[in-house]
Amino acid sequence: MKNTLRQVFHSPKFVIGFCIFVAILLTMLIYPLFNPGNPLEMIGVGTFAPPGTYVSLYDAIGTNTETLRLSDADDNRIAKALSNEDRVAMVEWFTAMGIDVSELDINDTDALLDLWNENYDESAKPAGMTLAKRKYYKRLNNSLVSLRAADERIIAEKNDEGELEKVDSINKTDYVNIKDVANVKTLPLGTDNFGRDVLKELVSACGTSIKIGLIAGAVATLIGLVLGLLAGYLGGFADDLIMFVTNIFTVIPSFILLILISNSIGQEQRGATVVALVIGLTSWTWTTRSVRSQVISLRNRDHVNLSKLSGHSLVRIVLTDILPYIASYVVMAFILQVSSGILSEAQLSLLGLGPKTTEVPTLGLMMNWAMLYSAHTNGSWWAYFPVILVITLISFSLNLMNTGLDQVFNPTLRD
Amino acid sequence: MKGYRKYFGKKIIWFLITFVVAVFLNFFLPRLMPADPVAAITGKLASGMSDASAVQEIYEHYAEEFGTNKPMAQQFLIFCKNAIHGNFGLSFSQYPRPVSDIISSAIMWTVCLQLPAILVGWFLGNLLGALAAYIRKGFDKVLMPVFLFLGNVPAFGMAVVLLVLFAVTLKWAPISGGYGFDMIPNFSWKFIKSVISHYQLPFWSIVLVSIGGQAVGMRSMSIYELNADYVKYARFLGIKDRKIVGYVFRNAMLPQVTGLALSIGTMIGGALVAEIIFSYPGLGSVMYSAVTAADYPLISATTLIITIMVLVVTFLLDIVYGFIDPRVKAAQFDS
Repeated sequence: MKNTLRQVFHSPKFVIGFCIFVAILLTMLIYPLFNPGNPLEMIGVGTFAPPGTYVSLYDAIGTNTETLRLSDADDNRIAKALSNEDRVAMVEWFTAMGIDVSELDINDTDALLDLWNENYDESAKPAGMTLAKRKYYKRLNNSLVSLRAADERIIAEKNDEGELEKVDSINKTDYVNIKDVANVKTLPLGTDNFGRDVLKELVSACGTSIKIGLIAGAVATLIGLVLGLLAGYLGGFADDLIMFVTNIFTVIPSFILLILISNSIGQEQRGATVVALVIGLTSWTWTTRSVRSQVISLRNRDHVNLSKLSGHSLVRIVLTDILPYIASYVVMAFILQVSSGILSEAQLSLLGLGPKTTEVPTLGLMMNWAMLYSAHTNGSWWAYFPVILVITLISFSLNLMNTGLDQVFNPTLRD
Repeated sequence: MKGYRKYFGKKIIWFLITFVVAVFLNFFLPRLMPADPVAAITGKLASGMSDASAVQEIYEHYAEEFGTNKPMAQQFLIFCKNAIHGNFGLSFSQYPRPVSDIISSAIMWTVCLQLPAILVGWFLGNLLGALAAYIRKGFDKVLMPVFLFLGNVPAFGMAVVLLVLFAVTLKWAPISGGYGFDMIPNFSWKFIKSVISHYQLPFWSIVLVSIGGQAVGMRSMSIYELNADYVKYARFLGIKDRKIVGYVFRNAMLPQVTGLALSIGTMIGGALVAEIIFSYPGLGSVMYSAVTAADYPLISATTLIITIMVLVVTFLLDIVYGFIDPRVKAAQFDS
């Protein structure tokens, strides 16, 4: 046993896969300690807040300020304030005024502004431009001017008479230290369509999905193992009967069965565990077939015959004389079942047949929500891409471990 | 020849038994669900009606029309009788459109998308896997981890990534649908061009995923064969490398054909979900809308059609396998 383990951990493929998987598991266990709370809590009111650090504007106003004179502050401010549409509109103005813009880079704010200051003329009326458009340019120009002007923002509160009264003012050169602001929230992966912290949800979903995979894998492997052992060892009628059922369910796509069963269970009864059980119940055929063929090749070995002659019971023969020989195979089959169980859950959830949506997040449900709210077409990559990546990494690491094991136990496959 | 007849006869009997079981499951499983779809459709129509007897009448009218008021066994017989004539009843969610009409408009899209995609993916995957096993060195070192990774990307994940990359960001291909939303299917050049451009992303997303899985399998099969005794013996005899490689890949190929037969069910599951991502007008999207609307005649007909498609493909592959595997051939002639 010790020797086998040492051999297994010398396989680079197994080790890489194992490390990735353990890293995922550790993140799953450790991250909730730093960021406790309900992963389904809706903290955002809007949908799909982009990833980043959110500083409370309300708290920042009251915080002690330091004065910093940064030479590029004005430029940065203007560059940020100029949206892409504004930039395009500015170029349109230049073209309308007959200025050569072939050399102009739209993202070069300095050049753009220089050209703008030289050429913008409020009174100009380029041919074919509507009044609304001219007014838009006027507003754009005003906002650019006011951004440059050395003014301050005034904070006012209503006094007793209900009139606004200045209580404070903020200069352009005022800065607050982010550590002094009472409320700062970092959302490394933003929020999803319900305004939930994606990273927190992802970590929790990852846990649930792995749990689903483990239950499904355990159920499928157990059924497959028992049926395969019985069919292979007993032979005869038991073998015929078991193989009859197995052959039928090998050809009927298990995903279709999964859809039919999940659908008939109904949304209310479908918890994560139930879904896992159903996945396990529909995916045992592979294991049965391979266990059976392995057992058949073992059945007539001398040590098994000896055991039979010694009058050992069927259970004992199977457990001590057959099972140890196929144990490595069963472990590999289990690993594959876990990874396909996780994938099945995700596919099922995308069809709208996954676990109940209100209790726990799963990777499939997160994907389903992201797709329902078209995160993929409105550019909210943080809502779906990490989910795809996590599913891929889990299944990649499990398969890598499996390949490594395969090479250890099947010397002919070694490189 | 007698052996072949026996082999095919056996396969056909298996095929028929599986078919009967599939029909049985397809009929009963969806009907076990707790919700009463007829009540739902009545509720939609009768909203705002206060007369209970009128609502009752509507309910009974629909129950009569869908045949849900008869006992299960009788429903099953009617279902079988109608199914033979290609009649799967009326859809609940798209009432009064017949289910067979919905399915027949979707089935060609699915067949034309998935069969070529799975076959191309299988072929390319095997080719690359065999090359990796033969060339080894850099080619193998770089490509194998890539294939292993690709093979583990879920089909829907690949679909989303390709969609975002090529349709949303680069705008090389359309975002969704099977043809331009402003068109009516016809045989004009413009329509065919639109179909082809909509075809690319779903097609390549399925191909890329299946390439990965197949290449990894073929590579290890080929390595196994390259280490076999007959290869060493052939080398000692001084047979040319090129010739040996031919033998090796032929032998490594056989399990891959069985692998294709066995995994086609799994692949179709993934590809169906990929269809939803692209709103491709195939069976995957139909199934998605049927599930959302709890439309069980449509669900059971769609799953039945997919099952039959998988059965037929598996059956054909079995037949092909009988022809190309000398071991099966020998076994048939012996008996």
